[in-house]
Amino acid sequence: MAVTGERISLQPSEAFLRRRRLVDRGVRWLLFAAASLSVFVTVAIVYILVSESVVFFANVSIVEFLTSTSWTPLFTNANYGIWPLLTATMVVAGIALLVAIPAGTLLAVYLSEYADSRVREIIKPFLELLEGVPTVVYGYFALLFVTPLLQTVIPGLSGFNMLAPGLVMGVMILPYVTSVSEDAMRAVPNQLREGAYGLGFTRWQTARKVVIPGAFSGITAAYILGMSRAVGETMVVAIAAGQNPKFTLDPTEGAATITAYIVQVSLGDLPHGSIGYQTIFAAGLTLFVITLSFNVLGFYLRRRFREVY
Amino acid sequence: MADGVRDIDYGSLIRRNRRWDLICAGAGLVVLMVAVLTLLALILDLAVTGARVIDWQFLTSYPSRNAGEAGILSAWVGTTAVMIVTAFLSIPLGVMAGLYLEEYAPRNWLTDLIEINVTNLAGVPSIIYGLLALGLFVYGLNLGQTILVAGMVLALLILPVIIVSTREAIRSIPQETREASYGLGADQWQTVRLCVLPAARPGILTGAIVGLSRAIGETAPVITIGALTFIAFLPPSPVQSGFPFLSFEWLNTPFTVMPIQMFNWVSRPQAEFHVTAAGTGVVLLAMTLLMNAVAVYIRYRVRRQR
Repeated sequence: MAVTGERISLQPSEAFLRRRRLVDRGVRWLLFAAASLSVFVTVAIVYILVSESVVFFANVSIVEFLTSTSWTPLFTNANYGIWPLLTATMVVAGIALLVAIPAGTLLAVYLSEYADSRVREIIKPFLELLEGVPTVVYGYFALLFVTPLLQTVIPGLSGFNMLAPGLVMGVMILPYVTSVSEDAMRAVPNQLREGAYGLGFTRWQTARKVVIPGAFSGITAAYILGMSRAVGETMVVAIAAGQNPKFTLDPTEGAATITAYIVQVSLGDLPHGSIGYQTIFAAGLTLFVITLSFNVLGFYLRRRFREVY
Repeated sequence: MADGVRDIDYGSLIRRNRRWDLICAGAGLVVLMVAVLTLLALILDLAVTGARVIDWQFLTSYPSRNAGEAGILSAWVGTTAVMIVTAFLSIPLGVMAGLYLEEYAPRNWLTDLIEINVTNLAGVPSIIYGLLALGLFVYGLNLGQTILVAGMVLALLILPVIIVSTREAIRSIPQETREASYGLGADQWQTVRLCVLPAARPGILTGAIVGLSRAIGETAPVITIGALTFIAFLPPSPVQSGFPFLSFEWLNTPFTVMPIQMFNWVSRPQAEFHVTAAGTGVVLLAMTLLMNAVAVYIRYRVRRQR
């Protein structure tokens, strides 16, 4: 503000306006830089995984990696077949989904079709608590509570097995599967429900004949995204499924998953650049490709159900 | 035809449908109860085992070969230090990215690319972040296995959580608030700084707390960068007696954190160490549940004010 003669001018000075514009533009660029960090992180992840794996595959044939059923990279007579790690990952994730899919769907139907808002207010924070428990604590629980409990029912169960971590992981991903499915179910317009009620449907019939078919792609997305989480989960399996790569589909035996193997190698002190060091990047790349394809599929399905209504 | 209609026993049909309706509501409740019981069993099992070791000595001792003397001093100091780094990096970066995407971003392919990346990063397994940090920070930039690197990788890990909650908080602010600010002659940055951010603060805070509570319990990425499991010293104090009084040397020290300490103890065959693991778990669980409870409470209060 400048005082010119008698009158007070409210016109801001040119310099003030220029400074303000400069700050505004500077902030804009700064915020843009922060937002584009996510792109750089993705690029960096892909670059690191691929560049270290390229070195690995220069020493190990990719055919052996994808076909051999023996994974003993740290032995003198080394074998580099990813299958034992893959089967263990799939067995544990499969058990987790056997728990989380039926339970999550029932709970989502209950939350979206039966529960009134007061009940939902209590259940939702509880599910968040279940999701908030550190995974290492779930691992402790799987090894020292669930496994001994299961051993009283299944006498042949070994101390490290894939069943207990699978079950615990099912509980762990339950809140996620529930909330994504519930989102999808609630996106189904109420007119469709009211039409069904008008025809004399019960709530369960409405859920089965109207809501679930209407939210089908969203619910499928929930299953796929849950699967992706189960595949990438680390601590529960590293603690309770053992660290021995074994080509087996028997859930009562222990076997190392991809993630458990990476943890096991990271705990030892492998020199940077050694073949053992590179194996964890090859294993990590495999894991990344699997979870990425699940995530992309789930992302696509979730977006589709939003567009339907 | 008419006879066919009369043949249907409507009473039993309705009874059967109502029965199924009840059974399914019951099944939902049973699932819920099983989940509640699991959580209770987990907490009780941990608390009953762990409560025996938690005392002053446990909190102020270093880990030891002898389970009776072992404590979590270096672990909780390490966790605190790493969390300070994570909070300082992830909250500003996450809020800035969220602000850009909600308030500034034009509708174009670049914005789409950023949004897809944020969604994708939220689904990347945490151990992959650990490999990124191992390849890029530890060996690429030669930062070593330090508190700084652990803080950085956990900050990247929870960035999507903070971005998403910031965006939700900003989106819930009515457009009129912004228009009133523009009407008074404010430019976009003044509007954001003086109107949008203060109104979005509770939502952002909730997201930050939830994100940090996730980071506290994360184990896999910190193991992958090669954090040690046996640390019997503390990082140097950030406050120095001589000039310049502040020291950032603690950022460059090796460390351990509570989940790693717990993992180390639970992986040992001796049962005495399982007890110290349970003790660590109790402290860890109490911290995360407390943070989650604070977040739930803030959200509850904000909703009641509206």
